[in-house]
Amino acid sequence: MPDAIPLPRVAPETVANTTSLLRIIALSLISGAAIASRLFAVINFESIIHEFDPWFNYRATRVLAAKGFYEFWNWFDPTAWYPLGRVVGGTIYPGLMATSGVIYNILHGLNLPVDIRNVCVLLAPGFSALTAWATYMFTKELKDASAGLIAASFIGIAPGYISRSVAGSYDNEAIAIFLLMFTFFTWIKALKLGSAFFGTIAAVFYFYMVAAWGGYVFITNMIPLHALVLLLMGRYTNRLYVAYSSWYAVGTLSSMQVPFVGFQPVRTSEHMAALGVFGLLQLVAFSDLVRSHVGSKQFRTLLRVALVASGILGGAVIVLLTLKGWIAPWTGRFYSLWDTEYAKKYIPIIASVSEHQPTAWPSFFMDLHVLITIFPAGVILCFKELRDEHVFVIIYAVMASYFAGVMVRLMLTLTPVVCVAAAIATSTLFDTYLDVHEPEDPSAENSVPVVTVSGESHVGGTNVTVTTPAPAPTPSKKAKKAQAQAAAPASSIASTIAEATGTAGVTTRQDRGVFGLGSRLVVVALWVYMLLFFVVHSTWVTSNAYSSPSVVLSSRNPDGSQHIIDDFREAYYWLRQNTPEDAVVMSWWDYGYQIAGMADRPTMVDNNTWNNTHIATVGKAMASSEEVAYPILRKHDVSYVLVIFGSLIGYSGDDINKFLWMIRIAQGIWPDEVSEPSFFTPRGEYKVDEQASPAMKNSVMYKTSYYRFAELYGGNQPQDRVRNQNLPMKGPTLDYLEEAFTSENWIVRIYAVKGDDELGRDLKVANSFNEGKKRKRGRPLVRRRAVAAV
Amino acid sequence: MAPKSSNSVSPTAASNALDSLWRSYVDTTPSRLKLIDAFLVFIMLSGAIQFVYCVLVTNFPFNAFLAGFSSSVGQFVLTASLRSQVNPQNREQFKEVSPERAFADFALGSIVLHFFVFNFLG
Repeated sequence: MPDAIPLPRVAPETVANTTSLLRIIALSLISGAAIASRLFAVINFESIIHEFDPWFNYRATRVLAAKGFYEFWNWFDPTAWYPLGRVVGGTIYPGLMATSGVIYNILHGLNLPVDIRNVCVLLAPGFSALTAWATYMFTKELKDASAGLIAASFIGIAPGYISRSVAGSYDNEAIAIFLLMFTFFTWIKALKLGSAFFGTIAAVFYFYMVAAWGGYVFITNMIPLHALVLLLMGRYTNRLYVAYSSWYAVGTLSSMQVPFVGFQPVRTSEHMAALGVFGLLQLVAFSDLVRSHVGSKQFRTLLRVALVASGILGGAVIVLLTLKGWIAPWTGRFYSLWDTEYAKKYIPIIASVSEHQPTAWPSFFMDLHVLITIFPAGVILCFKELRDEHVFVIIYAVMASYFAGVMVRLMLTLTPVVCVAAAIATSTLFDTYLDVHEPEDPSAENSVPVVTVSGESHVGGTNVTVTTPAPAPTPSKKAKKAQAQAAAPASSIASTIAEATGTAGVTTRQDRGVFGLGSRLVVVALWVYMLLFFVVHSTWVTSNAYSSPSVVLSSRNPDGSQHIIDDFREAYYWLRQNTPEDAVVMSWWDYGYQIAGMADRPTMVDNNTWNNTHIATVGKAMASSEEVAYPILRKHDVSYVLVIFGSLIGYSGDDINKFLWMIRIAQGIWPDEVSEPSFFTPRGEYKVDEQASPAMKNSVMYKTSYYRFAELYGGNQPQDRVRNQNLPMKGPTLDYLEEAFTSENWIVRIYAVKGDDELGRDLKVANSFNEGKKRKRGRPLVRRRAVAAV
Repeated sequence: MAPKSSNSVSPTAASNALDSLWRSYVDTTPSRLKLIDAFLVFIMLSGAIQFVYCVLVTNFPFNAFLAGFSSSVGQFVLTASLRSQVNPQNREQFKEVSPERAFADFALGSIVLHFFVFNFLG
């Protein structure tokens, strides 16, 4: 059999050693690329925590590093949710903080005194390298090590994953995706080997995942679904029983140790699938045991009796549990994934988060580039082979695609499976087109130019008998390989490489295949070009879209230099240094964590939206007039009101744009006092200019945002650059609040709540009295002047 | 077949089947597996007693009940896993797991399980 390219003769041991060396080098380069591509934000700006949620995680980690684990576990934070306080130990997933606490202590044990902030900032890039490794291991179970390397390099730089794991993005997802992939890898391994050891490891990593991220529910439902589908496909084996039982028994008990999860695994509907499949597997395993002991006819009668009995029993138990209200229904957050209109109708606070919107097509392409186009091909290749682990990937692909379509933030769980499937497709393509064997073609034997293309001096097509007993992952592959070897005794270096890497790419069919070097080169070169372009795209997206800390805004000056807008920290540090330590700050919940983290002041509400009524209180205070809001503020001991205002420099994420959600959330609790339609113009427009509705113009939010804004324009028409509307020439006046601080670009405005009037008057009366006096003093002047003129 | 006839036949047929099942079990099962089965029956009884107590009397320290009951369930499934791994009939399904390896896995799984059980007892 001829080869397309002449190949050198090398001993099989050399090939095996070289491939393992190359694998190590490739994995370390991938880790390097994964870490390096996440450092744009640190290099361009500074080593700082981004976004909103990470500020809380950072603050909690600081407590852990400073006071130790027990203090952190029992931490009651009296400054959050001001009058209520927050039991932090019982309302967070502590895995992230514990991880960085452990790293911090190890580094300090090694006399490397690293600041805890730097541990937090660089945790996500570090774990992304581990994610690449876990994806490599996972894909290796599905196909072979070369596909694993491709998958690792995909996930190392895929923007869909980078978006939530850049340096400084100290969020739960930073470690969760690694845990997700590693749990899935151990699950596949346990299923393949039928090993309780890997089942227990899967359970332990599942526990770590539960401690790290609320998205553990995805694993809780993926693994049972996989087991159920295998059962329905008639693929029950004792291996499945061993793997699933050991995972479920240890995993469920361990997941209940996390205080935030508590008894949920036995009480809520999200976890019932796992329990149901567990029970079903016990029945199936028992009937399997019985079948091995009795004849088939007797077995059928036994099975019928047993099925009827267990069906009645199981149904009765479920009815009883539901009637007693023991099993809680789906929570709104998960229910809104099925009924996509649910959140918008009933829980505006879930719908108000921008990450909870459906995904648009361009963002699939932006986050995954060429991978999204070959993802279906990889899934189809899984169908063609369809071992147990391929069923898993297919289910994962279908479920994750649906969820990513429903919610933008779940693009994160889709990314790993896209990388895996795309790597399978790519690796299959390379297996086919990089295989140097020429298939026998009796008709065109003379027309194929074989050796003439290459100018190499090596002797081509020499026989090297291969006897390496390469470790084969599965018996089916081994058989295939033996077949391949039998069919091609004159195997060359390529098949040795294939042996060493575990590839079974040698086609045994002689009637079709790839002829000539040109066809190989064209396809491979095209695909390599696409992959290079993927790298360029990923780097571009990462540096331009995902590497900007939301704490610092940057813009470009006309000469191209960078102009940094640092209003947030300016205002938070003003609060930190110029207000009493127990001064309560009221703002919309988005800024709660940042105020607590940077300004270190008590807040009324924050990003952990556990008390909807309290948030609605803030919404009501913002949406009603000053007279109504003032008693609310005083009752909650609020000293400062903080609003974000972007009209001066065109920062679109300001509070006026979020105002409608405040109104909606407040309306949900007090429909009589706050109503959304009254904030629109008669024509149904949301306007801030002259035509704005009276409710809008009187609201605290409007007044605090636009207070003294008109003065900036010195008599010209003031303009709102975000909403592109002309504002009234005369700005709003304040009676119960007074301006305390406005940042350089007017983004953050802080107002102090006035105390009681000394004479016990209403503040509005006092104000108008003061102003009225002025007017009285002025009026005679005018009259006098008028008199003089006459 | 018609459901009527099967209904009329089933009690005797079922008892016959049960009888032959029992005889086949006693005859063909190795003594090692019978030992494991005795342990399984014991665990099942212990779990059933806990559950009945919980339903009839109280579930008050619910974590203690869950810890005890899931220790029974977990130990049961781990032992059942061990049983299917060392069962000579399943040899070809577990190519990579020798009986010794299976026992080591069982021991590790039980230790991890009981670590969490004692942690959860509170």
